[in-house]
Amino acid sequence: MTTKTAYGNRLSDLPRTTVGAIADLLARLEGTVPAPVARALVAGGAVLTAASAFLGWTWTARFPGDLTVSGYPGGLQWLTVATAVLLLLQALAAYQVPGLKVLAPTGHTGPLRGLALTAFATTWFTLIAICYELGGLVNLTTGGVIAGLAVLPALFGALALPTDRRPAPPVATANPWVERAGIVAVAAIGLGVFTYAIDTDYGELFVGFLVAAGFAAGSYARSGATQRLAQLLSRQRPFASAAAFVAAALFPLTQTNDHNANVGVNILIFATVALGLNIVVGLTGLLDLGYVAFLGVGAYTAALVSGSQFSTIHTQFPFWAAALLGGAVSLVFGVLIGAPTLRLRGDYLAIVTIGFGEIFHITVQNLDGSSGPKLTNGPNGIPQIPDINLFGLNLGSVHHLGDTSITIGRFANYFYLMLIVTLIVVAVFSRAGNSRIGRAWIAIREDETAAEAMGINGFRTKLIAFALGATLAGLAGTVSAHVTYNVVPDPYVFAGSAPPNSAFLLAAVVLGGMGTVTGPLLGAALLYLIPDKLVFLQNYQLLAFGVALVLLMRFRPEGIIANRRRQAEFHDTDLPAQGTATDTVGLSKAGA
Amino acid sequence: MSTGSTPLLDARGVTMRFGGLTAVNDVDLTVREGEIIGLIGPNGAGKTTFFNCLTGLYVPTEGTVSYRDRVLPPKPHLVTQAGIARTFQNIRLFANMTVLENVLVGRHTRTREGLLSALIRGPGYRRAEADSREKAMALLEFTGLADKADHLARNLPYGEQRKLEIARAMASEPGLLLLDEPTAGMNPQETRAAEELVFAIRDRGIAVLVIEHDMRFIFNLCDRTAVLVQGRKIVEGDRETVQNDERVITAYLGEPLEQPSTDRPAAEQPADAHTTDAQPTEPSE
Repeated sequence: MTTKTAYGNRLSDLPRTTVGAIADLLARLEGTVPAPVARALVAGGAVLTAASAFLGWTWTARFPGDLTVSGYPGGLQWLTVATAVLLLLQALAAYQVPGLKVLAPTGHTGPLRGLALTAFATTWFTLIAICYELGGLVNLTTGGVIAGLAVLPALFGALALPTDRRPAPPVATANPWVERAGIVAVAAIGLGVFTYAIDTDYGELFVGFLVAAGFAAGSYARSGATQRLAQLLSRQRPFASAAAFVAAALFPLTQTNDHNANVGVNILIFATVALGLNIVVGLTGLLDLGYVAFLGVGAYTAALVSGSQFSTIHTQFPFWAAALLGGAVSLVFGVLIGAPTLRLRGDYLAIVTIGFGEIFHITVQNLDGSSGPKLTNGPNGIPQIPDINLFGLNLGSVHHLGDTSITIGRFANYFYLMLIVTLIVVAVFSRAGNSRIGRAWIAIREDETAAEAMGINGFRTKLIAFALGATLAGLAGTVSAHVTYNVVPDPYVFAGSAPPNSAFLLAAVVLGGMGTVTGPLLGAALLYLIPDKLVFLQNYQLLAFGVALVLLMRFRPEGIIANRRRQAEFHDTDLPAQGTATDTVGLSKAGA
Repeated sequence: MSTGSTPLLDARGVTMRFGGLTAVNDVDLTVREGEIIGLIGPNGAGKTTFFNCLTGLYVPTEGTVSYRDRVLPPKPHLVTQAGIARTFQNIRLFANMTVLENVLVGRHTRTREGLLSALIRGPGYRRAEADSREKAMALLEFTGLADKADHLARNLPYGEQRKLEIARAMASEPGLLLLDEPTAGMNPQETRAAEELVFAIRDRGIAVLVIEHDMRFIFNLCDRTAVLVQGRKIVEGDRETVQNDERVITAYLGEPLEQPSTDRPAAEQPADAHTTDAQPTEPSE
């Protein structure tokens, strides 16, 4: 095969052996029609695809989302519209429409191909789902066939365009207010996408969303637009953080029922704990597989002093005191567990932490008065935990926003409380990570022997990271006890079918992007939503979840949000080839 | 030996055994202020093991190492704290940290800011951090890496990685710098630049103990040179003493051919410590 592939030779393109054959085949389409024709095909195809979503695609409303109506899109058709619009925007950028240049920093053909593939995959996923669920092609109406065909010329046109990959030109810094407006727009889009994902009320729609979002995100990552965005966000970091916070705070207001706020608060708890774990795993490089125990310690501590009638300690602390106590008890446990285990490295540490995680689970299951002192009520746990009363504000009741009719329900209250906790954890993470101690953590992750030779007390530094991670998890645990009304031993295990458990937490960190702030937040959101939304798969839920994980790791091993260091790594590959010489350093000399 | 200045490093009777293998055998070494001392020997002679004993990576089986008349505890970070910094034979930079961050890590022992002050970020913290950055940048300037401060260490060319390791070690403000084969893999120009760098380091009042295979480099640089062969220090002295010592010539080149050949072939290039040193000891076990 000497065919020139349509892809550049970036590292991320190399390991595509399985799809290689198809890619080679598709690459032969390049140049089969003149570029202007190809471009017109893409733009025309995009318009047609979007228009076809306004037709009915099937004859019966038995397929969820009711795709029978002509005149406006419904359900999965909205995803086709969205992807077609993205494709059209990209095509307009290729026509040099002013203002759209930001979409294609490294050439037009790459993102056009990616987005054409996105529109194709999304549309055909819907059509195939219709045929599969209703039983046969006959269930497609003319509108459905048109949609399926309309997207093909766009895909063909994109593949026929000549490859024009070029290095991204240096960033021209725009007016800061223009940049900020862009960030606000991105935050709004992000909130919209997240709200859409959480609102998807049937499995097909969620899977369709994953297909569309996954392909689109991949296209933008390859086009360099994502990298541009990351640079923009880091230039405007304080503003970007504020915008993200405001967007998160607006989330409960977009929800009409409290159920989604419940999902939101659980995601926040999960994400916050994952961020705490990121200090241990992502920054310090300690593989902790029993981390969820610290969430449990916090939750049980808060439950015991919550004033629940089932608590074996009949006291009621105000929440702020309970939160501090939960964090402090977790800190103590972190030091107690860390002190003996952190003398181990690598795999041994991982195994011992699994052990301690299970010890916690088994201990709380047995502190029921018969096999041990009565403290945790064993498997029954501590139910009927009262709602938090924070400075006279009962978080259990519904509040109105001022005099407006906007209501903030119970879970929305907790969402705001948890948002503050998340904010604290984010601040701790980023401040600690970018300091003397944070550099010591990263140095230990990179090379513990060299770090000690540079004067870092390895054990002490690792213990601080371990204890800090434990404290943050304990803090999140105190809120989680109140949100779920009860505390039972079951969630605090190494692996289970629903978050949070240690395996899910670790997956959220690795999947989201180790060592970053946004990575674990995004990873946790995905890992919470995917099992939650794939309930319709019933027994195959975990299988599908596993497949999703494998695919994500296969195509994005560095995590969804790549670390700044990894970005710099890509950035620096533009240097002369000298950089590659470093790969041979380890081989240069034998010896200690 | 001629200089009368105070001893900085004093290693006495350092012996390191790994099971039956004696990698370093009763080695004494003294380094005085402002000296550049060389440590040479064939491959596997125990030079790096001796270094590891000095810096606390290994706990010597016997013997003591003292720095400024204080016996050093065998903990690497305490040795660095006391004022001995080192580089590694095969470069051990923090590959995914930037050049500047690598040097900042080197300043760890000379700064005090803990977790709490990092979280609060008071004026004291900011001052210390700015001061650290300034000193780190000065060191990068000194080693000629200032324009690459924001690059990842892994992306530096080989020679600059060696320089960065030296800059990182110097960031801990040592009184004695141990360099483990600083010119390994360098071309002649780079080696000469490294010579200049070592002289410049000495001129800053830092004593240097350097392991090297490049004899020209060693004899250009060092006030004294010690020769380790099979874990023992066989000779120590200036250029002439070492170059004319028969045992050194034997160790490097083997015994002269005219001698009636014994059944033992001359050890031209002993492969490594484990094979050469283990053989004599094995029967006795």
